[in-house]
Amino acid sequence: MVEVTLWGALSQLAGGKSKVEVEAKDIRELFRKLAEQYPGFEPWIDRGIAVAIDGVIYRDTWGKKLPPGAEIFLLPRLAGG
Amino acid sequence: MNFDPRFSGRKFTSVGTRPVRPDGVDKVTGRARYGADFNMAGQLVGRVLRSPHAHAVIRKIDTSKAEKLSGVKAVITAKDLPDLTDGDAAMYDILDNCMARTKALYDGHAVAAVAAIDARTARQALKLIEVDYEILPHVTDVDEAMQHHAPLINDTIFTEGLEQKPVKPSNVTKRSQFGHGDVHQGFGHADFIVERSFKTEQTHQGYIEPHACVASVSSDGTAELWVCTQGHFVYRQHCAQLLGMEASKLRVTSSEIGGGFGGKTHVWAEPVALALSRKAGRPVKLVMTRDEVFRASGPTSATSIDVKIGARKDGTITAAEATLRYTCGPYAGSWAEIGAMTAFACYRLDNVKTVGYEVLVNRPKTAAYRAPSAPMAAFAVESAVDELAKELGMDPVEFRIKNAAQEGTRSSYGPVYGPIGIGPTLEAVKNHAHMKAPLKKNQGRGMACGFWFNFGGQTCVDLNIGMDGSVSLAVGTVDVGGSRASLSLVAAEELGIDYSQLKAIVADTSSLGYNDMTDGSRGTFSSSMATISAARNAIKILRERAAQMWDIPVDDVVWEHGHAVAKGDKHGNLGKLSLKEIAAKSGTTGGPIAGHSELVADGAGVSFATHICDIEVDPETGAARVIRYTVVQDAGKAVHPTYVEGQYQGGAAQGIGWALNEEYIYGKDGRLQNAGFLDYRIPVCSDLPMIDTQILEIPNPNHPYGVRGVGETSIVPPLAAIANAVSNAAGVRMTHIPMSPPRILAAIEAEREG
Amino acid sequence: MTGIAVSTTINGDTIEYLCQPDETLLDVLRDRLGLTGAKEGCGTGDCGACSVIVDDRLVCSCLVLGAEAEGRRIETVEGMAHGDQLHTLQQKFLEHAALQCGICTPGFLIAAKDLLAKNPDPSEEEIRFGLAGNLCRCTGYDKIVRAVQDAAHVMKGA
Repeated sequence: MVEVTLWGALSQLAGGKSKVEVEAKDIRELFRKLAEQYPGFEPWIDRGIAVAIDGVIYRDTWGKKLPPGAEIFLLPRLAGG
Repeated sequence: MNFDPRFSGRKFTSVGTRPVRPDGVDKVTGRARYGADFNMAGQLVGRVLRSPHAHAVIRKIDTSKAEKLSGVKAVITAKDLPDLTDGDAAMYDILDNCMARTKALYDGHAVAAVAAIDARTARQALKLIEVDYEILPHVTDVDEAMQHHAPLINDTIFTEGLEQKPVKPSNVTKRSQFGHGDVHQGFGHADFIVERSFKTEQTHQGYIEPHACVASVSSDGTAELWVCTQGHFVYRQHCAQLLGMEASKLRVTSSEIGGGFGGKTHVWAEPVALALSRKAGRPVKLVMTRDEVFRASGPTSATSIDVKIGARKDGTITAAEATLRYTCGPYAGSWAEIGAMTAFACYRLDNVKTVGYEVLVNRPKTAAYRAPSAPMAAFAVESAVDELAKELGMDPVEFRIKNAAQEGTRSSYGPVYGPIGIGPTLEAVKNHAHMKAPLKKNQGRGMACGFWFNFGGQTCVDLNIGMDGSVSLAVGTVDVGGSRASLSLVAAEELGIDYSQLKAIVADTSSLGYNDMTDGSRGTFSSSMATISAARNAIKILRERAAQMWDIPVDDVVWEHGHAVAKGDKHGNLGKLSLKEIAAKSGTTGGPIAGHSELVADGAGVSFATHICDIEVDPETGAARVIRYTVVQDAGKAVHPTYVEGQYQGGAAQGIGWALNEEYIYGKDGRLQNAGFLDYRIPVCSDLPMIDTQILEIPNPNHPYGVRGVGETSIVPPLAAIANAVSNAAGVRMTHIPMSPPRILAAIEAEREG
Repeated sequence: MTGIAVSTTINGDTIEYLCQPDETLLDVLRDRLGLTGAKEGCGTGDCGACSVIVDDRLVCSCLVLGAEAEGRRIETVEGMAHGDQLHTLQQKFLEHAALQCGICTPGFLIAAKDLLAKNPDPSEEEIRFGLAGNLCRCTGYDKIVRAVQDAAHVMKGA
């Protein structure tokens, strides 16, 4: 079980909760479970969500493991110059 | 990914040296080929007809007269680019921006295009196209567009991210929020509070090379596109999707690129050129004029930002809050969101809240510009931080050091930081000779900090070893500022060979696997990671071949300083085999030797910079001049330090232009008044001093050599550093960027009149 | 419509071409003669990327008509090196990394060549004002000025 912190927009889709608990071993499973629990997340996941695991931001490595007790943050996927 | 990207702390031989770049001679002899330097047999000239109105319904377009003009081979409108986006809203916006479908949404919006045998005929043909417009009320200002009575740009848009679903459409496409703690409580503990509102005007990346491409579509469904772009693989995907082509049948070659800075990350003219070529059955060259670049490519956001920061007497910030409104042009974007994430990223804050609003206006679709959205947020926040330090009677550097984020700090956008460089850049600034240099009358010194995320992304590299032992490195990230040199250094380092044995190229989309764009400061970070991985894969093969040549087990062969070495006493009689010797025998030991790598380079390290600036203000004219400028920035590891310095200096110069001169000026009619380099004045050589740089190297733990991105952060601090310097020189707080002479003069006069 | 016959000297070679009355020298160089070293950054004489030397005078070739080249002597970036021997300015631009994207480089090299021909020992300020007609968006000009200073030093000694 990992605790995931949501940013403002996702938190509203999760009924105002800023943190949710999910049983997931990697980012792929995390997204799948979140989409099951909160169908409103699905378009956001399709558009791109970045996952910060203990401060390191992952944008595309969906196979990345979520270590137990890790600090997990969801962030918008950004554009760069 | 069978590759360990962790920082290893190795000693370097090639990395950190400063050789001449591999593409250098072509660029000083005029031989290098940029977007407009390429031609195909039978090529036509493409030209685009653009709306002169800021906001208008397109009732009817009559192209019949243009089609009849001798020499015209194709005329297209939105009908020739049917909607194939299949519900993908972002792609639909790109399509509509390439060619207006029902409404023209800004001055310069493409409405039709022609291909003709020469430029003169093409220009004549544009004049023969009749467009019947119904002019609508328009809005170009960010604050006005948010008013409830403002003209609606898209009546299907309802603000996302509000607690209650809105019942009325709005020009605000999205609200986003970041932060932690309780700012209300935090301000309650503050002894001093600074609260101010700021505005910044829209600027353009100002690359010297206008957008240019040559498109050739064959009747068998294959096509070629030569184009200046920051990401030819992304252009291929977008063009293929918009034109209903198979991506692998569209071969995109990236030309040398004459500057991008985020502005060449989006397609505009390319789908139009392909559609023209498809209709005409001939290659079409489409080159934008400078006027078109300003009116119809993607400038940055104009903004309006409120900041509130509170601190205790001892200098501890107790709470920080900002509301940020960013223009997106007429299509939805996430620019304020990025501003809201970056605004307070330099600081350790218990209570912080930022709210961003994305605002539609009748201006061109906003595109990224070097650390997009961060400079405006930093301008507002760092100005307020400076003012707060003054109220506290603290030195601005000491105040920032006291509140700077560090390893373990929860960032204002959420995650906890690993090892970061904000503290070290501030310490370096504190001890820098620049800070102690005396100032003359009417001069002032300012400093400011800046933050940028840096990105990684999908990356693919091929490394091929020729039979003569020379090495070719094919990368897929477009080289915008010397990355072929830095990637050659990385390959030389890993293989243990000399830089001169290598040649790096940027491969086309048919020759290499997919690569994300060169954006987010990712070029050297990502492609160096893939290059290291590819080199290690090649070394594995080189060891196997050496083992064959010696007839010993491969496990007994190690790779040292460019040679295979047999380990163990039993192989004492065996000498070393160089890469060249192994390559020479490759034909009989198993064929060509190559190393490939396909990976996602995640874990780009965040980057911080602190800048110092001295400004002299002429109190009679309001003109401000930069007297001295110093950049201190963390590079993680500077692979080619000269090009890292170049990134620092270039970003600072762009920031200086933004701070003092550059702005889009719209008339009451919603038309851009200054679409040229004469009236949109970017800094010239005589405007600037030398720009001193100091490179810090705090290794990124997620890269084998510790590399972070370096390209973007340097544009984040200048707006605020210069504003703080002007404020110290002229005795007035400047809240509107650019600080052009009339604005400074007005501020001085207002202060005099009290 | 008939073209105008022009005979001119470009980088020491006698060149003849036909051009239209509204064609610029830049159009002729790039589209008729294949000399694409001069670049069009603006078409209005504001960026200097199309700089060439006409009869010892630095000009923006986008502001000169192709027909005006009749009987003139034109120098472009393609004529700066002698065989495989780069001009000192070209060499110094490489050594100092005075280019990033490189689109402005041909214009800067021509402008710097013209500057040093008229003032072999310029101060930093004279270099900055001498090159103020050329826009560079990548470098902040620092390394360009240093390359020109170094080249002037070497050329004086030569």
